[in-house]
Amino acid sequence: MQFMLQIYAPQTGEWDGLSEPEKDAVTQEYLAISGEPGVLAGAQLHPVETATTVRVNDGRALTTDGPFAETKEALGGYYLLEAPDLDVAIALAARIPAARLGGAVEVRPVVER
Amino acid sequence: MLAALIGILGDFDRAEDAAQEAFVTAAERWPREGVPSSPGAWLVTTGRNRAIDRIRRERTHESKLALLARETPAYQEMDAVPNSSFPDERLELIFTCCHPALSIEAQVALTLRTLGGMQTSEIARGFMVPEATMAQRLVRAKRKIRDAGIPFQIPAAGVLADRLAAALAVVYLIFNAGYDGRSDLASEAIRLGTALTELMPDEAEVHGLLALMLLHDSRASARFAAGEIVLLEDQDRTLWDQGRIHAGRAELARARSLDPGGPYTLQASIAALHACERTDWTAVVALYDDLLERTGSAVVELNRAVAIGQAHGPQAGLDAAADIELPGYHYLHAARADFLRRLERPLQARREYELALALALAPAERSFLERRLAEL
Repeated sequence: MQFMLQIYAPQTGEWDGLSEPEKDAVTQEYLAISGEPGVLAGAQLHPVETATTVRVNDGRALTTDGPFAETKEALGGYYLLEAPDLDVAIALAARIPAARLGGAVEVRPVVER
Repeated sequence: MLAALIGILGDFDRAEDAAQEAFVTAAERWPREGVPSSPGAWLVTTGRNRAIDRIRRERTHESKLALLARETPAYQEMDAVPNSSFPDERLELIFTCCHPALSIEAQVALTLRTLGGMQTSEIARGFMVPEATMAQRLVRAKRKIRDAGIPFQIPAAGVLADRLAAALAVVYLIFNAGYDGRSDLASEAIRLGTALTELMPDEAEVHGLLALMLLHDSRASARFAAGEIVLLEDQDRTLWDQGRIHAGRAELARARSLDPGGPYTLQASIAALHACERTDWTAVVALYDDLLERTGSAVVELNRAVAIGQAHGPQAGLDAAADIELPGYHYLHAARADFLRRLERPLQARREYELALALALAPAERSFLERRLAEL
């Protein structure tokens, strides 16, 4: 089955306190996870200030600046994982740096069609 | 048998239906054809085959075919050799029911329903919620297990310790829900705890928890008299269940031989001291020192202060309880009130009893506190 691992991180926090070499090491961890067997896709998203939200009302598109919801933690990236069960997905989620740097990873099963 | 079917089918509802159909078939066939030599294996095979037939009849969906493909070699073996036994999958079932992806309420409900075999109405009564609420809770939990891919397996080594701690916490929660003796929950928890000692005999804390529950339960008949609380020192010891005490001590010995320092084992050690003729309060304090260091819990710190009050007098107890912060916890005020009462400081004692009464909910506890207040 497939799982979407949605990576949430606070706008400012532990990441800013890291030194350049430490930040590089974290980036390498993300890249390494991308290369893991079962990881079908993954990407880092530009920060939440670059977000644009679209709704459609009566056939007219309403476009606004900013994310869907203003939250303390914003969606910063994702992985799409093929795995036999939730425990495998949880084990991978636990390795994502954001999870230990004040953020969180939401693991959601993908609807199979 | 239900556990085995859940393992094969990966779906609680299908497993229950399959089990039902297998029993119905057995009731029809066995009187005519005789009981098979391995009735358990027969029931599981029949249940599984019925479920597979049903799945095939339904819309063929990729995920369902994958479900069938998940049969382990053990079950393929069972087809070929009908007399072989199938593995006891109760351990997998406990870890599935207590998976952290489920809410605590769901873990408790599912454990009691599938492992305890309790009816939904019984569980609802035990936890004082409407039956419809409990039924919904179970439906949602089973749906989550299926949709979120919660596996039916013993957790991997890296997470096993945490998952076992979670399972033990669920069992203890069930035990404490039955503390006032209204329901069968305490006995159910002891049954579950006993099953765990059979399934994981080398885990110290599994024995420690069972010891703790047995020792607590041994005093169940002496704890209340006409709805009023009877303190430990006032209890009629002839009402203590010596069988439970003996069994509890045996489990404690096993736990301590494996690891004397686990939290449940330490609590059981304290409970064992209370089961003696006269409590050795100095020894109790020493155990609370270990437990506090191990857990850092403010509740433990409070219990330790009470023990210090018994061992070294109310002033020492009051000092030990001075800096504890437990907002909304009425036992903190009740303990302080008791120290102040014994120190003959009635004005301050009154204040603490009133704070305790503002928070206490259980009628027996309120009655006790009101009596103390009146005696000042």
